[in-house]
Amino acid sequence: MAQFEKFRAFELDVLKEVGNIGAGNAATALSKLLDKPVDMAVPKVSLLPFEEVAERVGGSEQIVIAAFLRVEGDAPGNMFFIIEEHSARSMLEQLLSMKLQADAPYSELELSALCEIGNILAGSYLSSLADFTRLQLQPSVPAVAMDMAGAILSYGLMQYGEMGDSALLIETKFLEDHKSLEGHFFLIPDPDSFDKIFKALGVDTE
Amino acid sequence: MMEQQLVVKVGMADLNVAAGGLLKTTGLGSCVGLTLFDPVRGIGGMAHVMLPSSDIAREAQINVAKYADTAIPELLARMSDAGARLERLVAKMAGGAQMFALTGGSDSLRIGPRNVESCTAVLERYRIPILARDTGGNYGRTIELNCLSGSLLIRSVQLGVKEI
Repeated sequence: MAQFEKFRAFELDVLKEVGNIGAGNAATALSKLLDKPVDMAVPKVSLLPFEEVAERVGGSEQIVIAAFLRVEGDAPGNMFFIIEEHSARSMLEQLLSMKLQADAPYSELELSALCEIGNILAGSYLSSLADFTRLQLQPSVPAVAMDMAGAILSYGLMQYGEMGDSALLIETKFLEDHKSLEGHFFLIPDPDSFDKIFKALGVDTE
Repeated sequence: MMEQQLVVKVGMADLNVAAGGLLKTTGLGSCVGLTLFDPVRGIGGMAHVMLPSSDIAREAQINVAKYADTAIPELLARMSDAGARLERLVAKMAGGAQMFALTGGSDSLRIGPRNVESCTAVLERYRIPILARDTGGNYGRTIELNCLSGSLLIRSVQLGVKEI
């Protein structure tokens, strides 16, 4: 982990910009999809102990909906689009133009719509990132799950497990007006991908 | 009078021992919650194992609680220090799910089943019987070990609460 602790402020700013560009495009895509303005918070780049990662979305046992995909190519990593249940419902209602039953489990159609939203957002995040860095980055087909945040996010931390007890993640929060929708984007590059991202952007890491 | 039960929390890649009270770990996905219990002394131990083997470790200072092959010996030593007799210990485990089914996934995505296999093999090496397990599936679990009765409570979003 030592290699991440010594990241300079400048390098962290570069990673923030990576989040800014990727999530900015994803927010635009989401806004088009819902036909509503979507705001985005300034990205956070942090080296977080595993234990604290789930705290970012309400704690280890918080029930969330997540689209997960693996980024393959020059700078592999894991990507999550995470929303709380009520956000997922209001997003589906807007998208499918129908009222959902409050307590009913998600139907096949609804889950597949959520998966497709994840696909579109992650695709726009990655393609803008690929343009910006000129790296080859391909998303895998996303998988969607509704479960405890701790169980879901720990899945994206395995690549860090063999090196230490914390992970470096680039987090961006989305907000639709009046907080009817709130979502989080997490890009967790594999530990070895940072050098490639920095190199691609002309940052001297020596 | 309200009975206050002491809850000892076990974090991710962490382990702990308690005499009486509860041991609890939350949000197990592909990680395995492994518990050991001495029924005579009422001493319990729990490890939140993240990876199957320390062979792949690249960290300078290993966190023994993180890997199945190092967490179990450490837990045995800590329980022995707390007064448990190793020949009386019984094990239960939960977790090891495959949270996402990605097509064409690499081996790293099978981490849940591999964690379970590795924990099972290490317990066999120490001849500790596995009384019950609730592993696999594609969902997360929160577990609580009652260190007086040895019962293990398992909560999940879809299936509610069960006891093994």
